[in-house]
Amino acid sequence: MAINWFKYSAPTTFYPLAGKLIPWFAVSSAILFAIGLYIGFVIAPADATQGEFYRIIFIHVPSSIISMFLYLIMAAYAALGLIFNTRLSSMMASAIAPTGALFAFISLWTGALWGKPMWGAWWVWDARLTSELILLFLYLGFIALHASIDDPRRADRAAALLALVGSVNVPIIYFSVKWWNTLHQGSTIKYSGTSMHVAMQQAMFTMLAACWLYAITIALMRVRSIILEREKNTKWITELAEVK
Amino acid sequence: MKKLSLLSLLILVVRRDLILAMRRRADVLTTLFFFVMVVSLFPLGVGPEMDMLRKMAPGVLWVAALLASMLSLGRLFSADYLDGTLEQMLLAPQSLSLLVLGKMAAHWMVSGLPLALMTPVLGLQFDMSVEAIGVLMLTLILGTPILSMIGAIGAALTLGLRGGGVLLSLLVLPLCIPVLIFGTGAVQAVTSGLNVSAHLSLMGALLLLALVFTPWVTAQALRISME
Amino acid sequence: MGLDIWMRENPLTYIWVGSYAVAFIIFLIEIIMVIHKRKNTLQQLRLMREALEEE
Repeated sequence: MAINWFKYSAPTTFYPLAGKLIPWFAVSSAILFAIGLYIGFVIAPADATQGEFYRIIFIHVPSSIISMFLYLIMAAYAALGLIFNTRLSSMMASAIAPTGALFAFISLWTGALWGKPMWGAWWVWDARLTSELILLFLYLGFIALHASIDDPRRADRAAALLALVGSVNVPIIYFSVKWWNTLHQGSTIKYSGTSMHVAMQQAMFTMLAACWLYAITIALMRVRSIILEREKNTKWITELAEVK
Repeated sequence: MKKLSLLSLLILVVRRDLILAMRRRADVLTTLFFFVMVVSLFPLGVGPEMDMLRKMAPGVLWVAALLASMLSLGRLFSADYLDGTLEQMLLAPQSLSLLVLGKMAAHWMVSGLPLALMTPVLGLQFDMSVEAIGVLMLTLILGTPILSMIGAIGAALTLGLRGGGVLLSLLVLPLCIPVLIFGTGAVQAVTSGLNVSAHLSLMGALLLLALVFTPWVTAQALRISME
Repeated sequence: MGLDIWMRENPLTYIWVGSYAVAFIIFLIEIIMVIHKRKNTLQQLRLMREALEEE
């Protein structure tokens, strides 16, 4: 197993592997989206207190979870690239960043749309929403720093360091925001007063899996472009079937 | 013997940066002036009701201090980078982290400390009570070094980039949020008659954490940028 | 206020148009951008290759 792992950590072998995997991830993601939406909108009953509006969580909660995990995964890849100087890890980190930022944005957007009927305001300074906003800022910082450095090696390393500092800071930010929130007696949000219906849970987990598969698909697609771009002067790229 | 030499090295760097800052006094004064101006603009923007201003004061002063410290961060390494001093520092046998720590300390003395000393005057503009002003000053004295230290990481990463100043703020401001929360929280606690020691201890903990990690991280960032 | 009343009367439309449609449009735009980027990169590589072969 260990040998396999290292074999696919080189762009030369990873590029074709990713190309083979992408259709599988894409198709299973689409299927799971369909199933998740079916369960979420047809099978799951309306919530006793929130009516139909609660159905936003099937997209809101998965995108929040994924945006947070993607930041950690991105930071982990960045750290690997920084420490072991592996090209592929740095490329993966920069391929994940835009997707993570988009998921953070979707989470904020759907959170606002959920907030309006629930609390009567598009935006409340709730600890979770505020942390999500700060997470979006951290993503944008990573992308902006990476984009403004011309030398790709320096860009990778500088952005990696920023991602690491950010990931150390994320728990501090989260707890300080939470503490600030309780201090100001802001709106306290309860996700579910009553226990969730089984179908609701199934819908949520299916949608979560679908979003994960989507994130993986898109990250692999993006990393393939990045590999092509970065390695364009190598021999194996010029011998690829799609370049000929 | 070794400890003494480290300390004297630190003092040497701080003194050098302070002398350089004193030669360009205008830069220091601009930052301070910016701080005073931003704070004075708020009453004009939101109206002169004293009750509201008193409530807003800690937040306004803290945010203004945050912005003012961003202004001066660009200069932290750029002059040394342009005249080649920074390269010599990287090559020097002494620990780069220590040299960086010295530069951070000097930066704080010319950009953070004057702001903290200015707060009593500005606090009076907002009709703050004496205790509130005292606590605000204390939090600024504890907090602005953290801003300088976190900012130094950003300054090192954006060294020599086009549009570095705006980028620097974009990178550093989100990381400074905990400092802002604890700083303003302490003042609000004292005005509502609560104990401030929790806020101040947390702020102190952040300061220690920053003191341990940021010089090393900044040194790594400088190495990346100077390659 | 009009929106408030409308959203209470048509919650499912509100959810679909407001959240799910927006999310899926974002996904779609991202996919199109990634595919476009790949096409551009491949095109660039082909041009480079042709330039090399002509030399």
